[in-house]
Amino acid sequence: MKTKTTRRLMVSSAAVLIAASLTACSSSSKASASCSDTMTKGKLTIATGEPAYYPWVIDNKPESGNGFESAIAYAVAAQLGYTKENVDWTRTTFDGAIAPGDKKFDFNLQQFSITAERKKAVDFSSPYYTAPQAIVSYKGSPIAGVKTLAGLKTAKLGAAVGTTSLDAIKTQIGGTPAVFNDNAAGVTALKNGQIDGLVVDLPTAFYLSGVEVENGLIVGQLPSTGKGDEFGLLLAKNSPLTKCVSGAVDALKANGTLDKIAGQWLGTDAGAPVLK
Amino acid sequence: MNVLEISGVQKSFGHEQVLIDVSLTVPEHTATVLIGASGSGKSTLLRCINLLETIDDGSIYLDGQEITDPLVNADAVRRQLGLVFQSFNLFPHMTVLQNITLAPERVHGIAAEQARGEALELLQRFGLAEKADQYPDRLSGGQQQRVAIIRSLAVRPRLLMLDEVTSALDPVLVNEVLSLVRDLKSDGMTMVLATHEMGFATQVADQVCFLESGRIVERGTPEQVLKNPQNERTQEFLARVHQAGRL
Amino acid sequence: MKIRQRLTREDSGQALSFVISDRERERVAIRKRQAQRRVFIATLSSVAVLGTLLICVVASPGWKVVRATFFDVSYGRQVLHLVVHGLLTNLQLTVIASIAIATCAMCLALARTSQSAAMTPFRILATIYVDVFRGVPLLLVIFLIGFGVPALRIAGVTSNVTVLGTIAVVMTYSAYVAEVLRSGILSVHPSQRAAARSLGLSQGQTLRFVVLPQALKRVVPPLLNDLVALLKDTGLVSILGVTDAIRAAQIEGSQTFNYTPYVVAAILFLLITVPLTRYTDHVLARSITRQNAQGSV
Repeated sequence: MKTKTTRRLMVSSAAVLIAASLTACSSSSKASASCSDTMTKGKLTIATGEPAYYPWVIDNKPESGNGFESAIAYAVAAQLGYTKENVDWTRTTFDGAIAPGDKKFDFNLQQFSITAERKKAVDFSSPYYTAPQAIVSYKGSPIAGVKTLAGLKTAKLGAAVGTTSLDAIKTQIGGTPAVFNDNAAGVTALKNGQIDGLVVDLPTAFYLSGVEVENGLIVGQLPSTGKGDEFGLLLAKNSPLTKCVSGAVDALKANGTLDKIAGQWLGTDAGAPVLK
Repeated sequence: MNVLEISGVQKSFGHEQVLIDVSLTVPEHTATVLIGASGSGKSTLLRCINLLETIDDGSIYLDGQEITDPLVNADAVRRQLGLVFQSFNLFPHMTVLQNITLAPERVHGIAAEQARGEALELLQRFGLAEKADQYPDRLSGGQQQRVAIIRSLAVRPRLLMLDEVTSALDPVLVNEVLSLVRDLKSDGMTMVLATHEMGFATQVADQVCFLESGRIVERGTPEQVLKNPQNERTQEFLARVHQAGRL
Repeated sequence: MKIRQRLTREDSGQALSFVISDRERERVAIRKRQAQRRVFIATLSSVAVLGTLLICVVASPGWKVVRATFFDVSYGRQVLHLVVHGLLTNLQLTVIASIAIATCAMCLALARTSQSAAMTPFRILATIYVDVFRGVPLLLVIFLIGFGVPALRIAGVTSNVTVLGTIAVVMTYSAYVAEVLRSGILSVHPSQRAAARSLGLSQGQTLRFVVLPQALKRVVPPLLNDLVALLKDTGLVSILGVTDAIRAAQIEGSQTFNYTPYVVAAILFLLITVPLTRYTDHVLARSITRQNAQGSV
C-alpha cells in the first residue's frame, strides 16, 4: 500500500540525515606544543584593538612600532626570532579576543589586565606592565581639589566597561559609577560635566588631561592593590605558544627592555599624587 | 411646509458629471422615492443633502435655511438628518444598544438612562428587544439593517434618508424593512428613499422621481410615474425592471 | 439500510436530535485514522530534525567549552541580582517611555490622518518628523541628545543622562508607533466614518468613539511588537553611562570572560515578554471573534 512505502521512506531518510550530520560534526584534534607553532608558519600574528589608542599605539598604526604596546609587541617578536617583516597585525574587539573558539591571532595585546577569573578562559603571558589607576577631571569640578579616597565617595565617577578602572572604583571608592562603552564616551561625558571624574590607567590619564580635556587635570592616583594592575599578552587557552611568549617577556624584563620602552612611551609618574 | 428644498444642484467627480441641475422639494410628513439604475446619482444626491459631499453649484435648504452655506456648521445640520446606508455600517465594537445610544448621548446630550430607555422602546417596537446586548455580528442582515434605521431614528431627525437599504437583503428580509418603513410613514416621518424596490415606491411614496445619468427625468405620484410614465426613458427603465421580475 | 444506533455528537456541544448512520460512523473512523497518521508523520519529522540539531550541538568538539562559557549555572546564580538590578532600569525606562511614546505617537498619527485644511502645517511637520526619526539610527539619536544637548550648555536644560536618553528613545519610537497607529486608523473603512458623521458626530467624536477603538484593536500585534523591542532598546541608553541589564551582564562578563550573565539577561527578558505576548494574544483573539463574523474557514 502507498502509505507503508511512504512511512519506510520517511524512517530511512531520517536515519540517513542523522548519520550524515553526526559525521559532519565530528572533531579534529590539535597538534602538540612547539615554539614555532604559530597560526601561519614563519609569521607571527599579533592582534590589538580597533581603534588602538594613544599612548599604546600612535596614530592607530601598530605596524609602525610607535606606541608602548606596539613597541612591546615587536620586542617580544624579536625575542622569539621574528623580524619586523614577519609580523602580521590584525584587529579584534575586546569581546572578540576572549570569545571561546579558534583565535585569529597568536597573541593579543590591548591593555588586558591579568586576573585569576580570566585565566580560566584564556592564557596570559607574564605581565609586561603594571598600570596604576588615576582620576582625570577638569579645573573647577566638584572633585578638583580632593586629596583622599573618602572625598570621592559622593562624586559622580565614570569608567569604561571591562576595565580594571571600573573594578577599582567599585572596590576602592564605592558608589555606582557611570559605565561607558569606551573611554571616548567617558571623555565626552566628562567634558559635558555629566560626570565629575573619569578613571583610567595613569598613562592614558596623562594624555587625556593634557590633550583631550580642556583645563584638564589629574586628581590623583589610586593606591595600588596589587590585584589586576598588571597587563599581560592574551593567548588562547592552552595555547602552545604561552610558555615561549611568557619566557620572552621575562627575558625582556630581566634585561631592562620593558623599562626602557615604558620610559620612552609612557613618561614618569610625576604630577600624579597617590590618594590616601 | 417644505422640509427639504433642492435647487439646481450640480456635482461632478473629476470629469464625470454625476448630478446635473437637480431640483426637488420634499414636503413635511411625506415620502419621496428616487428610482433609477445604478450610477444614476441617487446615492450621490443623498450624500450631498447630508453634506458628506460638497456640491459644485446650486443650493439646498432645510426648513428654509440654506445648509450649503459654508458658514453653516455641517455637524449641526447632520444632527437633524438621518442617513442610512446600504451596507448597514453598524459599529462592530459596540452592542446594538450602544450603537443606538451613542449619538443621543454624545451629540444631543441626552442622559444615559433616558437614552437607554428610549432605545429599548424603539427596539421593542420593531421586535428587536432581545438583541439589545448583542454585538452586530450575531444579527442577520435584515436585523442589522433595521437596527441601523432605528439608530438613525433615535436622534429624532427632521428628515430620514434611506440609501438602497434593502439591496443587500433577500425578499423576506426586504419585507421586514418595508414594514418598518411603513410604520415610520404612518408616524409622520419625512423621508427620502433611494431604492430598486418598486414595492417601496408603490406602497410608501407620495412622490416618485426617476433619475437617469444625473438628471431627474420624470417626477410625479406613484400612479403617474410607475403606471403611466410619460417620458420614453422612464418607460424603457420600467420595462427592464418589469422584465427582471421586480415590478 | 442497516439498523441505526442512537449516538450523540459532542463536538458542537449540543446533542443532535437525529441518529447517526453507519456510513457516517465509517467516515468518522476514516478521518480519525487519517488525522492520526498525519500527526505521527509530523511528530517523527520534528523529532528527527530537532534531535539531529541537538546531537550536532552536544556532540561537537567545542561543546564543553561553550557550555562553561555560556551556561555556567552557579556563576549565573551569582550574578543574577546584578542583572536584575540592571533590568529594573530597563523596566523603569520602558514604563515611562511607553506612556510618553503613546501620547506623542497618537498626536503624530492624528496630525497625519487629519483631513481639515487648518491642520495642514501640522500634517507637514508630522510627516517630516516621522521621516527623519525613522531614518536616523536610534543609537545616533541617543548620542546626539545624550551628549550633544549638554554640550550646547543651554541654561535650564538638564544634562542628566537618564532623562536625555529616555527623551531620545521616546522621540525615535514615537515615529514608528505613529506609523503603526496611522495604518490602523486608515484601515477602518471610510463607511464607518460616514455613518458616524451622518449621525451628527463631530470629527473629534467620530475619532474618539468610532474610529480609534476599532483602529487600536487592529494594531495590537504590531504595537506589542514595538513594546517588546522598546524593552530591549531602552538598554541603549547605556552608551551614555546608565547601567541596564545588558550592561550589567557585560560588566560581569568582561571581568571573568564568561558570557553566562548575557544568557541570564536573555532569560529574564523572556520571562517578561513571553507572558505579555501570550496574554495579549488571548485578549486579542477574544475581541476578534466578537468583532468579525468570519465563520470557521
